[in-house]
Amino acid sequence: MFAFIVRRIIQAILVMLVIGMVGFVIQHQIGDPVRDLVGERVTPAERAVIRDQLGLNDPFYIQYFRFIKNACRGDLGLSFFYKKPALEVIVSKAPATIELVIVTALILIVISIPAGIFSAIHPKSWLSRIIMASSTLGVAMPVFLTAIALIYFFGVELNWLPSYGRGETVKIWGWESGFFTIDGLRHLILPSVSLSTIMLPLFIRLVRAEMMEVLETEYIKFAWAKGLHRQRVWYLHAFKNTLLPVITVFGVQLGILFAFTILTETVFQWQGMGFMFLEAVERSDTSLLVAYLVLVGVIFVVVNTAVDIVYGFVNPMVRIAGTK
Amino acid sequence: MKAWNRFKKSYLLYSFKRDPIAISSFSVLMVLVLISILAPVIAPYNTYDTATFDIMDAETPPSWMEGGSEMFMLGTDIQGRDLLSTMIYGLRVSLLIGVGAVLFQSFVGILVGLVSGFFGGKLDSFLMRLADIQFSIPYLIVAIFASAIFKLAFGIGRYEDLAEPLLIIIIGLSQWPHYARTVRASVLGEKNKEYVEAARVIGIDRRQIMFRHILPNTLTPVLVISTIQVANAIMSEAALSFLGLGMPITKPSLGSLIRAGFEYIFSGSWWITFFPGILLVIVILVILLLGDWLRDVLNPKLYKG
Repeated sequence: MFAFIVRRIIQAILVMLVIGMVGFVIQHQIGDPVRDLVGERVTPAERAVIRDQLGLNDPFYIQYFRFIKNACRGDLGLSFFYKKPALEVIVSKAPATIELVIVTALILIVISIPAGIFSAIHPKSWLSRIIMASSTLGVAMPVFLTAIALIYFFGVELNWLPSYGRGETVKIWGWESGFFTIDGLRHLILPSVSLSTIMLPLFIRLVRAEMMEVLETEYIKFAWAKGLHRQRVWYLHAFKNTLLPVITVFGVQLGILFAFTILTETVFQWQGMGFMFLEAVERSDTSLLVAYLVLVGVIFVVVNTAVDIVYGFVNPMVRIAGTK
Repeated sequence: MKAWNRFKKSYLLYSFKRDPIAISSFSVLMVLVLISILAPVIAPYNTYDTATFDIMDAETPPSWMEGGSEMFMLGTDIQGRDLLSTMIYGLRVSLLIGVGAVLFQSFVGILVGLVSGFFGGKLDSFLMRLADIQFSIPYLIVAIFASAIFKLAFGIGRYEDLAEPLLIIIIGLSQWPHYARTVRASVLGEKNKEYVEAARVIGIDRRQIMFRHILPNTLTPVLVISTIQVANAIMSEAALSFLGLGMPITKPSLGSLIRAGFEYIFSGSWWITFFPGILLVIVILVILLLGDWLRDVLNPKLYKG
């Protein structure tokens, strides 16, 4: 087990080094750190001096090493547009995205589990047919179209819900939150609903498939034979055992949701990390882009490694399969 | 002729004829593909020629609505281009990129999967680790990041000039692990079968065994995932274009049309977004339905959930 954990962590570090390499190459080959620092109005001679001072004429591997060292200390360069450290900019945008992801996760749980279980228990009912048909349609419908449709109906035609921005926010311990005002909550509804439609079909199908599989197992047949009440067999015996795989998939997908916010945040002009990322592309703000990339990479790697290690504890087959 | 006779008796055709969903999705898809191939003939206007449209016609509603014009059946977009023609050309671009990306990724993926499965060892574990790592990140995210990087590297102007081939490469690279894994898995299954052994015994070159003997037997699962991958690639392209990382508005795909129309939705010009959107959903839906059917017919073992 110990060897397995070590191996996974080494692999995670390797992946991070590769992501760092990509980030470094973008920042130093495509972007121009001197421009990020001083802007456009500096003579070439002064630029050359600054280049030398910054160590940009050093060999590649020394610069790369320096980049990694700085990145470990949380220094990912200056944002050209904001004139602030890139990480600081991202952190200031993070609350908006995190709140969006939290609400989305809640919606996903509240809808997908009952819907999946219902359609597993009553596969022939018309309601499950509707659930499955709409989940097929949901796969074919790109998020931005769902989002635009929601904006058109609830924002433009009916004028019930606000369709862009975060609305009124409250500052609590430096955290810009929309959870505590009615306006902020109203603004959250459309973005989080449309973000949840990315994962909803997947989760409904997952819960349904797991539940159907569990319902076929021996111990459920035994529970029927014992004459237990239907509700008890379904919701206590079967449901409990569908939860484990669902939770693990959920954990992995949650990290992925962060990146998917790029799509919804653009539509709703939600001032979060995803919106900032696209702005950075438009403005050629290389350092900010690299910082975002590295950060998303860290989230992915940490989540995946954690899930793998937890899995290793639960399921010994994973540990052995990796050894060879 | 012989192949045709075999096809006529095949289980594939038999089950196709008995499945109304497959028949209707296939015919819709064929119609759409035909329309997009014949775009220059069918489309009422050539939307790439700036002389054919006038900014004064911008945002004309569809012909059956008040203020609509007989000249433009589905209305016009923000630049005064006939929306129907723009959509037909857009469909062409979307399908072209979708199919191109899948051809590219299947080439890369099949090669990697074949080499990896056939030779095994260090090379195999390296390539598969790579595929695993990329596989754990959704392809759409990879595509978004890759196109953002390419856009920075090339500069916005040059990126838009080269958008078509670049998108094919970007989307192809974001999806190749799926092919590599599928092919590798079936190569591992085929590798130790007797016909391969026999080929080896009579002294056939290893490369020839790999390409001529094993490869054809791995193509069924490849066919199954290809349909799904085309849908995914078209979806990726639409998403990238919607984010402004894809096709420019001068040569729009369905995604960039939706992006352009979205800004005008608040002023009530819903048709610029609505029609391309519906078309996009239809394209993806029929391909997915066809893919589902193909998977059930060719490989019942794969079916789950």
